[in-house]
Amino acid sequence: MTGQAGQPHLRAAVEKDGLHRKKDGSVAKENETDWAALMIRVRDHQDRTAFADLFRHFAPRVKAFLMKSGAGAALAEECAQDVMATLWQKAHLFDPARASVSTWVYTIARNRRIDALRKARRAEPEELDWGPAPEPDQAEALETQQETERLGRALAALPAPQRTLIERAFYGELSHSEIAAETGLPLGTIKSRIRLALDKLRHQLG
Amino acid sequence: MTIRHHLSDQLLMAYAAGQLPEAFNLVVATHVSLCDECRARSASFDAVGGALLEEAEEISMGEDALARTLARIEGLPQATRSEPLRGAGIFPAPLVDYVGGDLSAVRWRKVGGGVKQAILPTGKDATARLLYIPAGTAVPDHGHRGMELTLVLQGAFADENDRFGRGDIEIADEEMEHTPVALAGEDCICLAATDAPLRFRGLLPRLAQPLLRI
Repeated sequence: MTGQAGQPHLRAAVEKDGLHRKKDGSVAKENETDWAALMIRVRDHQDRTAFADLFRHFAPRVKAFLMKSGAGAALAEECAQDVMATLWQKAHLFDPARASVSTWVYTIARNRRIDALRKARRAEPEELDWGPAPEPDQAEALETQQETERLGRALAALPAPQRTLIERAFYGELSHSEIAAETGLPLGTIKSRIRLALDKLRHQLG
Repeated sequence: MTIRHHLSDQLLMAYAAGQLPEAFNLVVATHVSLCDECRARSASFDAVGGALLEEAEEISMGEDALARTLARIEGLPQATRSEPLRGAGIFPAPLVDYVGGDLSAVRWRKVGGGVKQAILPTGKDATARLLYIPAGTAVPDHGHRGMELTLVLQGAFADENDRFGRGDIEIADEEMEHTPVALAGEDCICLAATDAPLRFRGLLPRLAQPLLRI
């Protein structure tokens, strides 16, 4: 990433080649897969090729997540398949403006883990009438995906002990009273954006 | 409705991480149903899980995993948008789910002094119950072991420190000893969860405790 953005003629050439600049100044490569677009193809067209791409990327991550959470390899493999099947089955609930695909997959995997390892229920909040937007707001959807990427970079940049603490919390190694909520991560932007969307929704409903 | 008392970051993160006892999940989900601020905060903690998953190492799936999953979804119609569970009266949807209906479906048991309670079916690592406290009545003076969450659904209560109205959540820990009083006006109905039995100060309530499961 060094250099390119600072050289005007190079940047122009890059943009002509179909690359676009993101809001934070970094350059998005065209081969950077747009998971949300694939998810929408699954949702709207039952596209199995798109599903296979999502599977190859996410299933091994879900399996690793479940094994770190204490599941044996066989159970993790089976549950990862369950999670991907749920992604297919509940595709109608995916809204790219609300959550990135990785966040959405995480919530499915987490719930599957609670089910499989703790045999407990996780009450979910009442669903709001978001309604599937007929014309999904491209700008909002892009913003959501970029937020998750920024969060990932911030996570990678954390000092090791702090990062380990967050991982242990999410991998189920800490009880609720052991969890320290001070993450050091920039969560404010995500919270504010969702809060704005909720205010807008309340306004429409009211 | 203005909510002044919110969930802590610690609770929201534990909820996102899937590490809360079932009874606490119920209280968190019920509060989030009423509180857009905590709904947005909750979503930001979910995103931490998403970022972790994205950054996580990969463990290869079995060779036939994709083929098997494709075969599974072949016989699995995509669900269509089903009507989500709705709230009823003072109960948001998650509570309707646990009670099996609205306020009229609650099977109250008398605790004494006009106070009633109904234990809800959750896992044993924590207890969730609905509390009915007549307006102007004090809840017996009690301290806490472990953590106790109290979410107001109707009316209001106040203790030595603060006032709690509909949607407000009080988070009490071991240090806290207080005397909540339901305020005059409307009878107060709360959803409470604790990961340890309450200990009441008076002799009688203490004797009755094992029977009442409070």
